[in-house]
Amino acid sequence: MTDLTKLTLAEARDKLKAKEITSSELTGAYIKEMEGARALNAYVLETADKAAEMAKASDARLQKGEGGPLEGIPLGIKDLFCTEGVRTTACSHILDGFTPTYESTVTSQLWRDGAVMLGKLNNDEFAMGSSNETSYYGAVTNPWKGKGEDKALVPGGSSGGSSAAVAARTALAATATDTGGSIRQPAAFTGTVGIKPTYGRCSRWGIVAFASSLDQAGPITRTVRDAAIMLKSMSGYDPKDSTSVDQPVPDFEKALTGDIKGLKVGIPREYRVEGMPEEIEKLWTQGIDWLKAAGAEIVDVSLPHTKYALPAYYIVAPAEASSNLARYDGVRYGLRVEGKDITDMYEKTRAAGFGAEVKRRVLIGTYVLSAGYYDAYYIKAQKIRTLIAQDFKQAYEKVDVLLTPTAPSDAFGIGEKTDDPLSMYLNDVFTVTVNLAGLPGISLPAGLSARGLPLGLQLIGRAFDEETLLRTAGVLEEAAGFNAEPDAWWRA
Amino acid sequence: MSVDQNTVRHIARLARIAVTDEEVAPLAKELSSILDWVEQLGEVNTDNVEPMASVENLALPMREDVVTDGNIQDQVTKNAPGADDGFFAVPKVVE
Repeated sequence: MTDLTKLTLAEARDKLKAKEITSSELTGAYIKEMEGARALNAYVLETADKAAEMAKASDARLQKGEGGPLEGIPLGIKDLFCTEGVRTTACSHILDGFTPTYESTVTSQLWRDGAVMLGKLNNDEFAMGSSNETSYYGAVTNPWKGKGEDKALVPGGSSGGSSAAVAARTALAATATDTGGSIRQPAAFTGTVGIKPTYGRCSRWGIVAFASSLDQAGPITRTVRDAAIMLKSMSGYDPKDSTSVDQPVPDFEKALTGDIKGLKVGIPREYRVEGMPEEIEKLWTQGIDWLKAAGAEIVDVSLPHTKYALPAYYIVAPAEASSNLARYDGVRYGLRVEGKDITDMYEKTRAAGFGAEVKRRVLIGTYVLSAGYYDAYYIKAQKIRTLIAQDFKQAYEKVDVLLTPTAPSDAFGIGEKTDDPLSMYLNDVFTVTVNLAGLPGISLPAGLSARGLPLGLQLIGRAFDEETLLRTAGVLEEAAGFNAEPDAWWRA
Repeated sequence: MSVDQNTVRHIARLARIAVTDEEVAPLAKELSSILDWVEQLGEVNTDNVEPMASVENLALPMREDVVTDGNIQDQVTKNAPGADDGFFAVPKVVE
């Protein structure tokens, strides 16, 4: 049965439609893999019974020749997405036992299109982290290990459960979210594909909010084609999210023509950062050569404010988080710690319910928004954000898409960076600019490091031009021919 | 710009997060190092630059001012740690 988990989403879809396999068989194979991979800690809640039920319903539809674009496809769902009747905690203690009475728009669209839910996936608490180590449910272990090493590595974050589950083939694809790189960096660390669409492309309704002007949902998948299929189902206008954009959703899969002749690809010189490992530099050059060979024109571009993106992000995101997380007060949902009066109850509940990184960010956010500091920090950061967006705008007058590395290193060890928040933050140096400017970005596996770990390349597109992004990614994927897989050490 | 221990206590109070005496000193150090790092933004001339609150230059959508949802009191209070008779229950606020 393990052959079933070797199929890509596109292949499984076609075989289901052709009645060569059933969703019950496919989902059953994934449930077995999921249950046998608990050592990874990728799932925080398995919903095997629900999955079996949904698969059965899918099979009934498929039998009749009916069914949606994702009919019978088993998925893992990041625990940031509210799922009706299924515990949703954002992997925070403060949301203990929270069981939504409603479904997030994005997941409701996946079920509308026939997908099957395997369970809820681990993530950094409230998506705050780059290694999935801040989760209340504990760290996720990367399925990949260095050559000849036994050290447990991080799967990236915050969508570390999503990336690990897809890499270990314990989900055919997964939902994820990206505020500063949380889809793309975990994808790079696990040899998977992750796309963060344009801000406004996917509804944020029913997704636990971190930094509302930056948060976007997107998929983590095995291939670019799978990403295109998932993204189509996840996208679309939603009147319940006032920042959702009313634009038609293209058939992203049709964009994968393999033809990028004459495409102008920008190489931002500021991404050549100090101390970047030689192998990352080499991979980037290799990516440039692949695109050139496919007929693209390479253009040197400048994004002069790149180095200020991270510090600006660490003002804007905590500020928005401190405001968003004010709702966790022990009154309406989740944890309550009793106190001598209501303020004492708030303070004790939040002290017990939030982990160290979340507290750090809420306090930073409160500080930069407080009287006397608001202009110096928050307004200043918002102005830098304008300059970063302008950098991209100017670059896109000359080019169609940008090529960069996804992350400044391969996967690091669990516990290696937890004592130094700043060194952890630097992981997002290549991804965070994209969120600040609201642009779409995709990471795809392009090679292995000297240690035998996956490395990713990132493409950044114009707003609402995911089609060019996916088309270019498809060409790179074909050229890279990445087919390495981790050894299945986690199998119980 | 460094954050001292009194400032940590003040912002923790504003954020409604209880901090113990042992937590204050390390928090002051961590927050200071993050804030010292963001100080580099001061190098950038931002005179005459508009602050960006959202990447979308769209006016917020308008709709008819009508009820589109409701009559789900039981669902609204279902997850509350304290709920009574369809209301959220909290410690006494007014003496």
